[in-house]
Amino acid sequence: MEKKEYLDLYHQMVAIRRMEERAAELYQQGKIGGFLHLYIGQEAVSTGLIAPRTPDDRVITAYRDHGVAYNCGLSAREIIAELLGKATGCSKGKGGSMHMADVKKNYWGGHAIVGAHLPLAAGLALGDLYSKTPGVTICMFGDGATNIGYFHEALNLSKVWNLPVLWVCENNQYGMGTAVDRASAVSDIRKKADGYAILNDEVDGMDVLAVKEASAKMLEEIRAGGGPRFLEINTYRFRGHSMGDPERYRKADEVHRYQENDPIGMFRKYLIAAGIASEEEIVKLEDVIEEEVRDAVEFAENSPEPAPEELYTNVYFETY
Amino acid sequence: MAEITMIEAIRQAMDEELARDENVFIVGEDVGQRGGVFRATVGLFDKYGGERVIDSPLAEASIVGVGIGAALYGMRPICEIQFADFIHPAFNQIINEAAKMCYRSNGDWTVPMVIRAPYGGGIGGGLYHSQSLEALFTHTPGLKVVVPSSPYDAKGLLKSAVRDPNPVLYFEPKKGYRLIKGEVPEGEYTVPIGPANVTRAGSDLTVFSYGMMHYYTLQAAEAVAKEGIDVEVVDLRTLYPVDRETILKSVSKTGKALIVHEDNLTGGYGGEIAAIIAEGAFSDLDAPVRRLAGPDVPAVPFSHPMQDWFMLNPAKIAEAIRQLARY
Ligand SMILES: Cc1ncc(C[n+]2csc(CCOP(=O)(O)OP(=O)(O)O)c2C)c(N)n1
Ligand SMILES: [Mg+2]
Repeated sequence: MEKKEYLDLYHQMVAIRRMEERAAELYQQGKIGGFLHLYIGQEAVSTGLIAPRTPDDRVITAYRDHGVAYNCGLSAREIIAELLGKATGCSKGKGGSMHMADVKKNYWGGHAIVGAHLPLAAGLALGDLYSKTPGVTICMFGDGATNIGYFHEALNLSKVWNLPVLWVCENNQYGMGTAVDRASAVSDIRKKADGYAILNDEVDGMDVLAVKEASAKMLEEIRAGGGPRFLEINTYRFRGHSMGDPERYRKADEVHRYQENDPIGMFRKYLIAAGIASEEEIVKLEDVIEEEVRDAVEFAENSPEPAPEELYTNVYFETY
Repeated sequence: MAEITMIEAIRQAMDEELARDENVFIVGEDVGQRGGVFRATVGLFDKYGGERVIDSPLAEASIVGVGIGAALYGMRPICEIQFADFIHPAFNQIINEAAKMCYRSNGDWTVPMVIRAPYGGGIGGGLYHSQSLEALFTHTPGLKVVVPSSPYDAKGLLKSAVRDPNPVLYFEPKKGYRLIKGEVPEGEYTVPIGPANVTRAGSDLTVFSYGMMHYYTLQAAEAVAKEGIDVEVVDLRTLYPVDRETILKSVSKTGKALIVHEDNLTGGYGGEIAAIIAEGAFSDLDAPVRRLAGPDVPAVPFSHPMQDWFMLNPAKIAEAIRQLARY
């Protein structure tokens, strides 16, 4: 891997972290309304996962989607603008935090109904299979999502139809306030894939390079016609389920223990220890990111609100 | 009498029903330790334990399906759907199973269950956390559909719903959870499922509404009262089965009817009320029946101004009242 690639991974993770921190502030200032699910702690998951994708590969995920959007190439500006519900946001303010998307970047969104996007992912993959294109659909979801029927239906038919789809469970140990073992018959989520004879593996989601490697391997296997694969990525969310979560279901100690393995801190140390970049270079990069996010917030705050007519647009597609 | 919030009234109703009947239990996502997303079940897990306040995996079809099975067994489940928007995975269980059980078994099987679901917009929830879905269910005989608009009714109707031998969908106006406060007496009372409630007597026209929109309608009625328009307000409360008598009586008195709901217009519940009036009070009408409803768009968008354009409010309702009064 080239030095630039390492630094690019670092850039993405830090940018996501900074965006999320600013988003939390904007939420507390009342500038972002509704519900805000932060990705802090999980940055290495989507960063490592999406890094090896080709432009043909689609990404579809749940509502914890700002980071994924950034990894798919959406700019900090259009992400923050969307959080503020502005006309310049990636979903023109209609979607907000949970419904970011940009099909031109093969990013098929942000989905708020848990599990409902898994069959959609299978359908996208069916399209690739049918038209013999080389794309793979990368479908991300949480541990909680593996308890709803959609998950099981989608996994089953993806195997029966040999679909080019990579199922990715971000196991962050909780579905809202419910620990995995209180809701799922098996805590090693990947074992559910065994039930559908889908080859599966797990990887440490705090290690961006390990995630990248696991993802690259599976994408290649799927692209070669191997059918679906399932990757369980073990991770942890450092913040509450969404803003305002009183977090009574876990102890502060537990959170601190995971925070010691901060995926960004660990990768930073690695970059320096392995001689890939100097501390100075990294600080410089961090300044660049700081400026990128500051600019994005300024852009978003100064952007116009959507026009009233937008309420009525796109109910149907008008011309074919 | 103590003044409490809507959500507190709902919590009290569940608390009292759990205490009254050991067959009553609550099942839903994070209803236990966490006390629910809106904190409607706070304290109940500690008081009644995990066997009666059951945290479910993320699986709405099963939350409702298990509720139906347990109800067939003779238990009294209160199923919580975190947001009405998440009820769709359970649609089959509700329409095909719960609603038809009594009919298909000639009354041998009953489904005494309640499904609680917070509905409605105005809290910034966006596309999938704002829906009003009552019209999907008021089309289905075998179900009862209830929407309270005050803490008093919320408590009394929920207690009736728990005791009802039939499946009851109980939609809670989530925007009003903490906003709507009202007096609730100490001690036991229920509000029957069925009758509508004339919450303001008037002579110029009648506004029919329910839930959050009823709360706004009362404010709008006060506003136009200062301009000399005397509005009668009917809180429908139970949408299915509907109280025709109260509706027709009020229209015969005032001669004009406005129906207000947050759900979108086309195919919305207001059409049914309009039809009841057209069929039963045609000769009493002094003006065409009017409906004020959410716009016909698929969802409530996220951005604040868009949400405001979508949502009705006291000012929009007052304007519709003025127009009808002028007719
Ligand atoms: C069908 C459905 N049920 C319930 C919810 C409410 N809800 C949103 S997120 C969530 C927990 C999901 O947990 P998980 O899949 O592990 O994702 P995480 O939040 O941990 O990223 C729940 C219950 C929903 N959005 N959709
Ligand atoms: Mg989770």
